[in-house]
Order: sequence, then C-alpha cells, then structure tokens
Amino acid sequence: MTTAASVYAQGLVKKFGGLRAVDGIDLEVRQGEIFGVLGPNGAGKTTMLKMLATLLPIDAGQARVFGVDVAREPHRVRQLVGVTGQYASVDEDLTATENLWLFGRLQGLRSADARAIARQLLAQFGLEEAASKPISQFSGGMRRRLDLAASLITRPPLIFLDEPTTGLDPRTRGQMWDTIRGLVSGGCTILLTTQYLDEADQLADRIAVIDHGRKVAEGTPDELKTSVGNSTLQLELAPGADHDLARQVVWRVAGREPVLTPESGRMNVPMETADAAADVLIGLRQAGVTITAVSVAKPTLDEVFLTLTGHDTGDADEPGETVRDEPFLEVR
Amino acid sequence: MSTVTTASAQPGIRVRTSVVDPATAVARARPHVSLGETVSQTFAMAWRALKKMRRNPEQFFDVTLQPLLFTAMFAYIFGGAISRVPGSAGVKAYLPLLIPGIVAQTVLTTCMSTGVQLREDMEKGIFDRFKALPIARIAPLAGPMMADLVRYLIAAGLTFVMGVIIGYRPGGGVLGVLGAIVLAIFTGWAVAWIFTFIGTMARNARSVQGISMLILFPLTFLSNAFVPVSTLPGWLADFVKVNPVSHLVSASRDLANLGVISGEVGWTLLAGLVVIVIFAPLSVYSYKRHL
Repeated sequence: MTTAASVYAQGLVKKFGGLRAVDGIDLEVRQGEIFGVLGPNGAGKTTMLKMLATLLPIDAGQARVFGVDVAREPHRVRQLVGVTGQYASVDEDLTATENLWLFGRLQGLRSADARAIARQLLAQFGLEEAASKPISQFSGGMRRRLDLAASLITRPPLIFLDEPTTGLDPRTRGQMWDTIRGLVSGGCTILLTTQYLDEADQLADRIAVIDHGRKVAEGTPDELKTSVGNSTLQLELAPGADHDLARQVVWRVAGREPVLTPESGRMNVPMETADAAADVLIGLRQAGVTITAVSVAKPTLDEVFLTLTGHDTGDADEPGETVRDEPFLEVR
Repeated sequence: MSTVTTASAQPGIRVRTSVVDPATAVARARPHVSLGETVSQTFAMAWRALKKMRRNPEQFFDVTLQPLLFTAMFAYIFGGAISRVPGSAGVKAYLPLLIPGIVAQTVLTTCMSTGVQLREDMEKGIFDRFKALPIARIAPLAGPMMADLVRYLIAAGLTFVMGVIIGYRPGGGVLGVLGAIVLAIFTGWAVAWIFTFIGTMARNARSVQGISMLILFPLTFLSNAFVPVSTLPGWLADFVKVNPVSHLVSASRDLANLGVISGEVGWTLLAGLVVIVIFAPLSVYSYKRHL
C-alpha cells in the first residue's frame, strides 16, 4: 500500500443540471509533493476537490486516496484527509481553543489530549495570544491559519487546501506559503487549488491547469513556464508591416514562436528574461519592421491560458466552448 | 510565555514536523462509526450548542418570556370568560385545565426553533467541516437537539412556577409535576425531529419558520390544551381526540393534577417514539443528500 498514490482519479465527472462542472479529469498526486490545481473561477477546481473530499457525490469516473475508494469507503477517506475550504469553517461563537478542542473531541481524542494538541497547534501557528478570543475578533489571515490548524489535529497524511490565500494581503500570503512548505517537510502531501500563477509557481512541485472542467496541461512549474516564458514582450506592429518577416526575426533572435493575439497586428513574444526584449527590438529595426507600441510584462494566468488553450480566461462565450454547456449536445 | 515574541515575528513557519505515515493511517482507518463514537460525538456537538447558547443569551427569550406571558394572559382572558359560565368555579378552577395545556404548547413552540436554528447553523462554514470529518452523520443534528433539552426544561418548569404564583395548586404533588415536565421534555425532543427534518429540507431559515408554524398552530390550538373537548362541535372534537397533542395534555393533567400515570402517558410515549422512528432517519437521509 505504501506505493499507492496519495490521490488517484480517473475520468472524474460532476454534472450540475446540464453543465459538466468537472468533465473527465485524471489526476495522480504522488506522496510528499505539493500538487497545484490552477484555473480561473468556475473552472471546476473546487468541485473536483469536493468530490475527492467526499463532500460531493462522484457522477462518473473513480477516485482513490492512498488506495481507498472515495465513493465506496467515504468514512475511511475522511480519516486520511484534512480539508481546508475557501471560507473559514470554524465556529464564530467559540474561541480558537474551543474550536480546536471540539474538532479533537469529534475525532476521538480524550479531553486532555484534545486540549494539549489545541495548545500545541495554536503555538505553532502563532495564535497563542488569541487562544481565548472569539473568532469574530480574528483577522482574515488568523482565520485561515486557525482553519488550517483545525485540519491538522489528527495529523492526516494528505491535506486539501482550497484557494488558501485568496483574499489575503501579500504579507499574510507569504506567511501562509511558509506554513504550507513546513507541512510538506513534515511528510504531508498537499493538493491545493489556486487561481494565482505565482502561487502555484512558488509552492507546487507539479501543476495541473484546469479549464471548463477539463485538464488542459500538467507539468512542473518550469515545464509550464517554458511554454509561456518568464516575461512577455508585447508588440503592436505598424499597419502594413510584414507579419511573416517579424515572425522570422523573432524566431531568429529569441528562438521562440510569437503568439498572435486576436487583435490584428499584435504579437506576444514569450521570453526567458526581460533583457531579451532589447535584442528582439534591435532585430526588428534592422529588418525594417515598424512597431507602434512596445511593452514588457510578466506572464499572467491569461497568457498561460492563451498559450495552453488558445482562448483567455474570461472567454466562456467563445463559440465551440458553449457547446459543452448545452445539455442536449452532451455525449456520454 | 517567553515564546510570544518569536511567535508573532514569524507565525507562518513553525509547524509540527511529523505526520502519520500513510500506510499506517490507511491500516488504522475504520470503515464505520461505532455506536460509542456516535454518542460521544453527539455529546461534543451538544457541548458546542450549549456554549453558543451561553454566548447568545437572547436565545433564551422565547423559553422565559413565553411561559410567563402566556400563562398570565390565558388565565385571565380565557379563564375569565370560562368562569362566567354558570356553575363554574372561577379562574382558579380553570388553572388545572390550563397549566398543563400551556406546558405542552410552550414546549412544542420551543422545539420549532430547534429546526430554525439548525438551518441557520447549516448555512455557516463550520458545517462544511463537520461534513468532511470522519464523524457520524447524525451527530451534527442530534447534538443541538440534546442541548435544547435545557430549553424545554426551562420552558416547562417556568410555566408551572408561573401557574403556582397565580394560584395553581397541583394535586399530583412535586412528583406528579416532575413527571409531567419529563413527559413534556421527551415529547418536545421527539417532535423536534420533525422540525429538524424540515430544517434539512427547506431552502432557508425563514421558510423553516413558515412551514413549522403551519404544522404547529393547528396541532396546538386544535387540541384540548385550552378548552374542554365537550365544548367543541362534533367534527372538531373528533380531530381533537386523535391529536397527539391532546394526549400529551391529558397525560400531563393526569400526572400533575392527580399524580396518576394513566393510559394517556402510554399513548404520548408511543406517539413520540413513532415520530422519532420516522423522522430521525429521514433527517439524516436529507442531511446527507444535501452534502
């Protein structure tokens, strides 16, 4: 059993009415890694996580956690996974200590043990000063930390984190990242969802990119970034400029194929470093290609999507994409 | 607490370094919740509900004000009218009929709020965690209901106290009154499963309130709680006689006024058990389905 993947899913499907929120996702999370599920709002990340955490029934496909079937033995799966949701799932009327004590008692700890673990966890998460304050006085970051602490009471070998830093300020976000890294160094496996490329980049050993309920790419952050570049040179070619020539110049100087954006005359060049922009610009001028606007930007999630899927993140209305949402066109 | 400064300086990175080995955890994971675990989880949930009650004392308004107000109001409004009937012995003679009736009505109204509060609770984030924990599905429902036994006790006890203050002298003595209180609490707990079921079904807390009122009002008022059945027209009397609330009221009167455990007590217990057997599994099923 030791060789069983932490999470193994095959052909996962969740339907809400006619909408296939999760549309046949395969997933394999290895033991001891941080696996990031990256995608925009509504891509099906949370739905997928809820199915794996036994919170939603699986409509089709199968899932196993450490070899235990999620649909057939949900009670056993719940003993193996700690789940931290998008919204604080602690009791507002209780104090931090009381919350942790309650979750410890519910999971079979004796009263004194539950109290000891609560104290220990609050210290580890820097919440000891707030231990006897009601949660309603907690900041957003403190709530998230308490929430995560509550998932660790029984030291489950697998943790699900649903958008752990959405809505947090940058400093608190950095602290959360450190905490998550600390968990993995203790032997935990983590499956997290995020809509931030940099978060997946910072934390994840491997990333699956999800869009419209489907997995569109999977790999290490480096592998994904190589397909997009570390930064992007955005060019607007003058009317009448030779697009083919420009493309050839870019290919010769930067060694990459530029991406044409839907607006005609715009061109995105993925680059390893921003420095390479100068080489491309010099190359274009020497070749006589006139440009009207230039900018250099870090690749955004939009660009990952543009590169991986050929449409950007907000493009639900694109013809061909909507077809999947129509119930009468559904293919079993 | 010398660690306070370091804790606030870098709250993020000090995390325990060992977790349970996956193979051990899988081997240890049990397929089902045992009965003992279910009971202790229900008690933990009841503890939570009691803590919340203490932090929100306004939750006790209904169980304190209603018995006080209703007892005085009904005694002097209806009691006054009934005592005008020739041959009647006045308000004081109406109290042995009225007080057990108000006990029944107050406890049933109180158990309605069990459903409403459960629904409000279910809409909060903490229920997501309850669902993800390896605990009995019935515990989050049964826990708050156990805590509500305290509310039924307050409601039933205060009604008798108020009755005694305005002149009620229960013939069944202390034991008879205690018996009537215990019976009312049991019935309240049983009937609360109906409202818990509605709580898991309805769209929001407000609709729970609406549906519950619709069920509760005819049951309490179309009973013998406030008036003798002999004063009712035949068709109404037939309904009132089979209404379980009437059995509870009659049983309470027998206990409190006569100190007698009559057949009515048996009927009330049976009706309560039937309600539990039907609505407890329905509630758990509905709660699981709404996961």
